[in-house]
Amino acid sequence: MTTAPQAAPAAEPDGRTLALLHADLVERAARDGLLDVAYRVVDSPVGSLLVAAGERGVLRVAFDVQGHDAALQELAAHVSPRVLAGGRRLDPVLRELDEYFAGRRRTFDVPVDLRLLTGFRREVVLSLPDVPYGATASYAQVAAATGRPAAVRAVGTACARNPVPLLLPCHRVVRSDGTPGRYAGGDAAKTTLLALERAAAGLDGGGGRA
Amino acid sequence: MTGPFEDVVRAHGPTVLRVCRAMLAGRDADDAWSETFLSALRAWPELSADANVEAWLVTIARRRCLDELRRRARHAVPVEDPALTTGAALVARADEPGARDLDLWRAVGALPAKQRRVVVLHHLGGLPYAEVAAMVGGTDAAARRAGADGVATLRRTYGAAGTDEEDAR
Repeated sequence: MTTAPQAAPAAEPDGRTLALLHADLVERAARDGLLDVAYRVVDSPVGSLLVAAGERGVLRVAFDVQGHDAALQELAAHVSPRVLAGGRRLDPVLRELDEYFAGRRRTFDVPVDLRLLTGFRREVVLSLPDVPYGATASYAQVAAATGRPAAVRAVGTACARNPVPLLLPCHRVVRSDGTPGRYAGGDAAKTTLLALERAAAGLDGGGGRA
Repeated sequence: MTGPFEDVVRAHGPTVLRVCRAMLAGRDADDAWSETFLSALRAWPELSADANVEAWLVTIARRRCLDELRRRARHAVPVEDPALTTGAALVARADEPGARDLDLWRAVGALPAKQRRVVVLHHLGGLPYAEVAAMVGGTDAAARRAGADGVATLRRTYGAAGTDEEDAR
C-alpha cells in the first residue's frame, strides 16, 4: 500500500491497463452477484458467434448475420442491462462448442436459460435435441412430435427465434423435400453444420457405422 | 437505463481513469476506477434514461477518490479530528469536467503531485484549504500557494476558461 504522493505526472490511460481493469471489474461483478449477463464473441466455422450466459445458464448464441449488437440490446432490455464482456462463466459452453465444431461432441451438457421464450416456441426448441446428431427431421415431423401436427409454420418460427442455436439444434430441422431450408445463421451455415455432423457421425460417402 | 453496461465501460473507462489518476496514485487509482464502475453497475438499471452518463460517472469517481483521501488523512492524524470524520459537503461547483472538456483531466494529471492533489481537492472536490492542508500535509498557506501555482499552470496548459476561483479565496 503506497501512501506517498505520486512523484511523476499521472500517466495517460493505455489499452492494456484498461483491459486489465476491465477483466478485474468483470470478476468483482461476478463475485458481488452483479454480472447478470456475461458474453464473449468467438470465431467458429460458421462465422463469429456471440455467446451470452446468466447465472442460470446460456441465454443466447447469436450469429454474426443476426447482429451481435442487436442481440446484446435485446438481452439488456429483456434480461438485465448489467451486461459485461468476458468472465469465466462462458468457459464451459465455449469449450463444448469447440469440441462440437471439432466433431468430438454430439450433445451439449451446459444448462440453457430459455427465459426469452414462452409457450409453444419454448416447447418446440426444448424438443429439438430429440432429433439425433447427424440426422434431420422435417418441420412437419417436429410439429407432429409436439402434438400439434398442423403447427408447421409455428415450428418454423420457433426455430427461427431459437435463442440458443447449436446448443438446441434447430439446424437439424429441414424441409419435407430434404433440402436444408432457412437458418438464422444463414443457409450456408446450416449446410456446413449438417455436413459436419454427417461426417463426424460416419454417415458420409457410405462409411458404415457399427 | 436499458442499454448494455459494457458500452458504458468502453466509452467512459479512459475518462474515469484520468479522473482517478488525477486524484490518487498507482494502485489506489486503479481501485477507485474499479469501485466506481462496480457501484455504477449496481445502480445502472435504475439510472434515468436522460442522465448524462459521463458526468454521473465522474461524480462517482470523484467521491470515491475523496473518500479514499479522507480515509488516509484520518489514518495519518494520531488524534481523530471531528472536522475530518464528518467531512465537508461536496458541492459540485466546478463544472462537470466530463460534460465540458476532457482535456482538463489530462492537464490536471500532468501537474506536479502536490499541486495536483491540492487543485483536485480544493477546486474539484470543493474542500476548504484547511481540510486540504490536513490531507496533503503542511500549512494552509502552503496549500494555497500550491493551489495557486497549479491553477496558473493549468491556465497555461489548458486555457484561460473557468478557473477563476482562487482569486476569491
